[in-house]
Amino acid sequence: MALSGKTGIRGAGVALAVALTLAGCGGAKVGDTGSAQSGSTGDCGTFNIAINPWVGYEANAAVLAYVAEKQLGCKVTKKDLKEEVAWQGFGTGEVDAVVENWGHDDLRAKYVDDQKTAVSAGSTGVTGQIGWYVPPWMAEKYPDITDWNNLNKYADLFKTSESGDKGQLLDGDPSFVTNDEALVKNLNLDYKVVYGGSETALIQAFKQAEEKKTPVIGYFYSPQWLLSQVKLVKVKLPAYTKGCDADTQKIACDYPDYDLDKIVSKKFADAGGPAFQLVKNFKWTNEDQNLVAKYIAEDKMSADAAAKKWVDDNADKVKAWLPAGK
Amino acid sequence: MAAVALSKVDLRRPGRGAVVALVLALWLVLWALLKGLHTLALGPAQLTPLHQAVNDLNDSIGASRNTNPLFLYFFNEIRLVIDEFVTFIQSLIAQPAFGRPLPLIGWLGVVALAAFVSYAAGGFRVALLAAAGFTFLGLQGLWEESMDTLALTLAAVVIALLFGIPIGIWAGLSDRFNRVITPVLDFMQTMPTFVYLAPLTLFFLIGPASATIATLVYAAPPAIRLTAYGIRNVPGDTVEASASLGATDGQTLRKVLLPTAKRTIIVGINQTMMAALSMVTIAALIDAPGLGKTVIKALQTLDVGTAFNAGLAIVVLAIVLDRVTTAAGDRVDRARLTRRPWAARARQGGLIGGGVLTLVAVWLSYTYVWAAEFPPDVEVGSSIAKGVTTATDWVQSNLSGITNGVKDVVTLVLVDPLQSLLTGSPWWLVAAVVVALSVVLGGIRAAIGSAVCLGLLVATGLWQDSMATLASTLVATAVVMVIGVAVGVWMGRSPGADRVIRPVLDAAQTMPAFVYLVPFLALFAASRFTAIVAAVVFAAPVAVKIVADGVRAVSPTTVEAATASGSSTWQTITKVQLPMARQALVLATNQGLVYVLSMVVVGGLVGAGALGYDVVAGFSQGQLYGKGLAAGLAIVVLGVLLDRLTRAAAARSGRS
Repeated sequence: MALSGKTGIRGAGVALAVALTLAGCGGAKVGDTGSAQSGSTGDCGTFNIAINPWVGYEANAAVLAYVAEKQLGCKVTKKDLKEEVAWQGFGTGEVDAVVENWGHDDLRAKYVDDQKTAVSAGSTGVTGQIGWYVPPWMAEKYPDITDWNNLNKYADLFKTSESGDKGQLLDGDPSFVTNDEALVKNLNLDYKVVYGGSETALIQAFKQAEEKKTPVIGYFYSPQWLLSQVKLVKVKLPAYTKGCDADTQKIACDYPDYDLDKIVSKKFADAGGPAFQLVKNFKWTNEDQNLVAKYIAEDKMSADAAAKKWVDDNADKVKAWLPAGK
Repeated sequence: MAAVALSKVDLRRPGRGAVVALVLALWLVLWALLKGLHTLALGPAQLTPLHQAVNDLNDSIGASRNTNPLFLYFFNEIRLVIDEFVTFIQSLIAQPAFGRPLPLIGWLGVVALAAFVSYAAGGFRVALLAAAGFTFLGLQGLWEESMDTLALTLAAVVIALLFGIPIGIWAGLSDRFNRVITPVLDFMQTMPTFVYLAPLTLFFLIGPASATIATLVYAAPPAIRLTAYGIRNVPGDTVEASASLGATDGQTLRKVLLPTAKRTIIVGINQTMMAALSMVTIAALIDAPGLGKTVIKALQTLDVGTAFNAGLAIVVLAIVLDRVTTAAGDRVDRARLTRRPWAARARQGGLIGGGVLTLVAVWLSYTYVWAAEFPPDVEVGSSIAKGVTTATDWVQSNLSGITNGVKDVVTLVLVDPLQSLLTGSPWWLVAAVVVALSVVLGGIRAAIGSAVCLGLLVATGLWQDSMATLASTLVATAVVMVIGVAVGVWMGRSPGADRVIRPVLDAAQTMPAFVYLVPFLALFAASRFTAIVAAVVFAAPVAVKIVADGVRAVSPTTVEAATASGSSTWQTITKVQLPMARQALVLATNQGLVYVLSMVVVGGLVGAGALGYDVVAGFSQGQLYGKGLAAGLAIVVLGVLLDRLTRAAAARSGRS
């Protein structure tokens, strides 16, 4: 197999000659073009934005990053992190902003109140809703299923290998707080909470249930990109009133609406640079976010391309976010 | 294998099988009477004081981060060094650096370097494989991501070896140190990564250092273990001879021990690389650059095709690295046997010629864009993604009826009864049964070990979750062994089958589980069974490989003698090959168990609940952190318990 010494060297010589000829023929040299664009940092500096792992969040972050980079001249670094780790990054100076926060009172207490490394930067304008959902075909076939009072009537439909002789309530995106175990108990429902364990598991379950017209009921939330494909229907639980969720063991009411807000590091806020102004002013609607999320999730656009498309179409909205004088 | 062991027991010591049966029967009776009593159940949102204490500790560490001198002068320094190192490798092959829009060495240079290093370490065939593999990464449209992954993996492996090999040598030379380090290594390998991922970013910040260290913790143990093992297995008289010739300890180490153990050490390096690659997707959760990010992003939108394409790139990297290191190990063997002058000269020529070519390629890729940036117009990645998406869609919509039926039956017949026996019995009853079985199967020492482990399980506050996880683990391991024996015997008897099946096994071991979880969820819904299937996919290959090697090692003359004396194929397998490969079967069971346990957390993502879910939730929610940590510890304890028990049982039945 191996080349003998001489042919090896000769072969290398020939190849060298060929290569040099090829090189001589040309081809663009590295660094010839495209080096001009790197000089436009302006006074913005670097902007470290956390990317929490869901598409709606990514939509917010994509648009903010795009505007910061293109219109304010910031050097944007995106960091893919789970929420807990991202908040931790405020203290270590590695994260400047989290741009869609779902409640997280525990993290707020720890980082905003105790360690004082983070502050809220106001609402994103997007309202989050957590609750129990059924696929659209079920809501159509069993119209009264969307009221919790009737759930026991349908418990048999939802039996699975995991729930035994009770109905299965599919739960457990591990990132979110759930009161479902207490709800099932306190509302005397004939259901068992089964922990799917990931957002992927929940999405797959609902998607397949609609495609194959199989029954499923579970924990979900909006805004979420899946809802534009499968219009899940929310089940009505006893209405939320302030304080009805105070004792976690005795909860018998729906989840509150979440005003999704932005959290930034204290240092970033105190410096008050253009990127902070942008984050603070950023506000849009559920529809806006759903549209960008759809570009990313369904049209398979890159986050950057999706943001560009939306920003180009909504120049006036973007203008309102920019710091004065820009 | 259980059947083999049992039949042996029955023949030679009828007492032991009967005692086991008696204990189990007694357990069933008591379970029926005491069901639901003292089960130590704990709801998903409930915490014990221990969990709360861990939370508080975690918080106080985080709060003191900027003032604590340990952080300022110790962790920060380590972080700086590792960050610099990784960033340097990245700037060589993966990321724009030194004011250039592209890395220093472009794709052509990297392909040439990979081929050259493979040629030097292994030979011509693996050089070809390396060149083809690396080019394929570019064709997949994942060049930059692959290089980021390679850079991080190489950095982690280099650091792992830098510390691992000296530690391994020490453990090889000193019995006492070996006894101390072994449980530490067990711990590093079985503690779920999710548990220490978040704290790592607290100590080493978000960035390459944390990702590298997370990889390191999991990947270093094999190098340490195998180095120690290699040194230990050097024949005693060789060492004595060296000493009697007046060699110092250092000389003996350098001239005798290390060269003799070289092949085993290379196997250790190989295992370390594979382990490092298996961490790619998990490390992406703390912003590790590379292919893992592609996988995770794609799964947010259930884009199985794109996730598969990236997973395939990881498999390709793994196969190239595996074959090159394996070939390097073989070369070490051959080099000691043959020393023909013409072969050496040819090789020297090849090395010089290849070296020149490589330098040219590197220079070209430094200078010209076409050699630096992989041409984007020749791309197969999107076709791969599309094909896979079509295929999974078809499978999901056409087979899910059948597969769900299978799931329901297996759950009803196997998983449910076992789980309700384990979780429904009072904890002291289960503990008594396990200790009794330990006495019978492994002896008093084994029983004491089991008792300690059981005590620790109770202390974690997660007894019932541990029992639920144990039930699924046992079922998964049983399935792994059935597959391991069936396929392993087939591969061991037929080299042709081996050649075809082995790459499939490699792929199943290195393809990130995240990729196939989505179709599995469609086929089996979120359930314990899904978790069991995922664990089997990951764990069966290792069992198959071990059994195949064991069967192949049975001396051919024995097999021929059996055939000549009129044994049928079935008789040859059951009466000759399997009994003689008993050690391999024991090892396969042991490793099968360990691998199944390492998938517990992944199982938690697809509906297994119990310990796996506790760990995942602990990683995601601050107030559950302590519980997640406790669940991680419970998994480690389960691993130690089962590992020690199988070993002790094997050693004992081997003796009797």
